Amino acid sequence: MLNIGGINQGIVIDHIKAGGAMKIYSYLDLENKDCSVAVIKNARSNKMGKKDIIKIEGTLDDIDLDILGALDHQITIDVIENGIIVEKKNPKLPDHVNNVLKCKNPRCITSIEQGLVHSYKLTDRANGVYRCVYCEQAFDRR
Amino acid sequence: MKHIISPTDLTVSELDELLTLAEEIIQNPKKFSEVCRGKKLATLFYEPSTRTRLSFEAAMLNLGGSILGFSSADSSSASKGESVADTIRVISSYADICAIRHPKEGAPLVASNYSSIPVINAGDGGHNHPTQTFTDLLTIKNLKGRLDKLTVGFCGDLKFGRTVHSLINALVRYEDINFVLISPEELRVPAYIREEVLDAHNISYEETRKLEAAMPKLDILYMTRVQKERFFNEEDYIRLKDTYILEEKKMTLAKKDMLVLHPLPRVNEIATEVDDDPRAVYFKQAQFGVYVRMALIMKLLEVENA
Repeated sequence: MLNIGGINQGIVIDHIKAGGAMKIYSYLDLENKDCSVAVIKNARSNKMGKKDIIKIEGTLDDIDLDILGALDHQITIDVIENGIIVEKKNPKLPDHVNNVLKCKNPRCITSIEQGLVHSYKLTDRANGVYRCVYCEQAFDRR
Repeated sequence: MKHIISPTDLTVSELDELLTLAEEIIQNPKKFSEVCRGKKLATLFYEPSTRTRLSFEAAMLNLGGSILGFSSADSSSASKGESVADTIRVISSYADICAIRHPKEGAPLVASNYSSIPVINAGDGGHNHPTQTFTDLLTIKNLKGRLDKLTVGFCGDLKFGRTVHSLINALVRYEDINFVLISPEELRVPAYIREEVLDAHNISYEETRKLEAAMPKLDILYMTRVQKERFFNEEDYIRLKDTYILEEKKMTLAKKDMLVLHPLPRVNEIATEVDDDPRAVYFKQAQFGVYVRMALIMKLLEVENA
């Protein structure tokens, strides 16, 4: 079993669908942040079989963590202060997200029109389904 | 100012008003022949279409208005790389209202975001075609006298057929609507329509492969063409294109007052022998298309009734 130490101050993004950690890493631009990051992939999970986890030591200002729900609606976020969990969050799925999800439908106007905001709306809250406002194709998280 | 991008951009009561106005126009077209005098409709057709473009143009001319536009991307500045957003900003200063057809899904929505005149979606790829849906609804309402308490059969390509998806979306808003979805396995209605539209509205529907078995139940039979341009693989198209052919023999199984609709163009899915059957109303449907577009132009331009 792989062991990663606990963190003192920061957040743990847990229950990321296996294989999805790097997308979140990239969205949060963690590479350019002044914090230590551990990305754990394919961790065992009773609930999910396999999952990814990101542990971030440090503070992430100006980040709307709810947006992460649009990227993966199952994730949970633990806020850690002085080594203990002070808050557990399930991101609320925002009704709209702009320029977070990119439409990959080659028939969509976003594939040819420069400078368009890639805009998604939530159409099925229970299953976390987002659809492109232009072509209405559901965002494929694979 | 209102745009029409999707068939559900009009509420049920707005739609009622639209269809009522269209029926007034049917009763007395002359009364409306000058109501748009001095107004201009721009038809921005980035892909070829005969029927829809001419129907829009006929509608505006019938109202006494004028038309301008282009009928393919090659003959527009799109061929020079101009964006939809820029084109519509310019066209807004030339015309009072525009109808746009574009091969890319969502292009009319982009246009509406930058336009200072009402934008009507005249078809965006395989996505929406609201004026076809309004045409279908006017045809049903005018010839059946109602839009509720109907069993509607859709037959053919229910997977790629945008007219089918749009009409389903529009009809689920009425009471006591049942659907019979007749298609080969490969061309079934997509799962998201079943889950997010039919199940979400508690609509009763059945899926079947057998057109004959469904015929006696139907108040409306909506036939569709299997569209070659939607297939990536020609073999699949050839295998599926002749799955359903409606001919006189099958029509004998139907109710005496069932209506056969088709968005046209048809290829061979309705035998020409059916054309003379009074229940075959697809050519009337094309005529209704002009009336409903006349009504829509009047509503969007907020033109007073004559």
